[in-house]
Amino acid sequence: MPDTSKQKILSILDEVCDPEIPVLTISDLGIIRELIIHGEEIEIVITPTYSGCPAMDAISMDIRLKLIEHGYKKVKITSVLSPAWTTDWMSADGKRKLKEYGIAPPGNRSDEASDRLPACPQCNSTNTKLLSQFGSTACKALYQCNDCKEPFDYFKCH
Amino acid sequence: MNKQTLIDYILHLADTTLILSQRNSEWCAHGPILEQDIAITNISLDLLGQSRYLYQYAAALLNESADKTNIHSEDSLAYMRTEREFKNLLLTELPKGDWAQTVLRQFLFSVYQYLLFEQLQKSKDEQLAAIAQKSIKETTYHLKWSSDWVIRLGDGTDESHARMNKAIEMLWEYTGELFIPVDYEIESAKEGIGTDTASLKQHWIQKVKDVFEEATLQFPKDRFMQTGGKQGTHTENLGYMLAEMQSLQRTYPGAEW
Repeated sequence: MPDTSKQKILSILDEVCDPEIPVLTISDLGIIRELIIHGEEIEIVITPTYSGCPAMDAISMDIRLKLIEHGYKKVKITSVLSPAWTTDWMSADGKRKLKEYGIAPPGNRSDEASDRLPACPQCNSTNTKLLSQFGSTACKALYQCNDCKEPFDYFKCH
Repeated sequence: MNKQTLIDYILHLADTTLILSQRNSEWCAHGPILEQDIAITNISLDLLGQSRYLYQYAAALLNESADKTNIHSEDSLAYMRTEREFKNLLLTELPKGDWAQTVLRQFLFSVYQYLLFEQLQKSKDEQLAAIAQKSIKETTYHLKWSSDWVIRLGDGTDESHARMNKAIEMLWEYTGELFIPVDYEIESAKEGIGTDTASLKQHWIQKVKDVFEEATLQFPKDRFMQTGGKQGTHTENLGYMLAEMQSLQRTYPGAEW
């Protein structure tokens, strides 16, 4: 019988990464909303990032497989919509990892009214411009740095 | 309010987002430039995700019935219903046309959807409120993107301006339906579950006028408006579209990837 302490299970969940942005774990993303232990059954409550994001199905599957790998046989994954996911739930560590990976991390939602441009993850310049509001995945927009000329992805504040 | 009324209301919302998603997805690999190809297909994906929540909810309600011989799912509702059973807005089923028609339709719809979700967030039905709270964040991007394009094309070259005017001519008579509620909308609004779409009309007109003004486009005068989509009476376009969209599930029922 594997260890069913919350701490142990959460540490296992830390090994599950976003399939599109593999530097982020699902804990970094802030999509794990609750962990409920009913005897031998582990229930993980997650919330989707974007409605149509195909990574969500992959993440559910990865959570299941990872827990089975560690000997947990009864795994239930439920999805809740409310409260709606926001990038404010992303961990500080997650934001740091995103930047190192070359993706400008999201700002805080409260700052968004000021329409600040994201800083270039390569040279830190804030002299950047929007190329497209929609990037390679639903959660990103495409920017370019006017100083170092490098185009980059920005993880949208959501 | 009886349960069928609620289910009809949810299906109307689900069909509307699914059909627009399917139409926009026709641009996949055909967009005018790569970034915009990605933008319109991303919007399509958001709309598809929203329709999935709604179909899942409708299926769960349908499956509460005592009749266990007919189990519903999001897929059965999307792929196994006929044209006359679809309750989508006529505006969403019209052909994608050129880029001007696509961005104008998206804009007219996003203004409406934003106002609708703003109200639906306060629905007494918790699941509908949660879906609206989740989806309005995405609608905000769609509205921003489509407003920018309407302005860019309207206030662009002679050619782009003329195409926007032609798009307005083609789409306008399908906008009236948005604000003429049918029985299941009226009943669900009375219960505090749905939204009285007639009440959204003035806000919609104001927002569209503001963007049209910036785009140097004339806001059209009152004219005859088409209706019927919400009750299953569609333009000829929907049948062709469903025939294609549903062909695989109709040929191999229950097929999975």
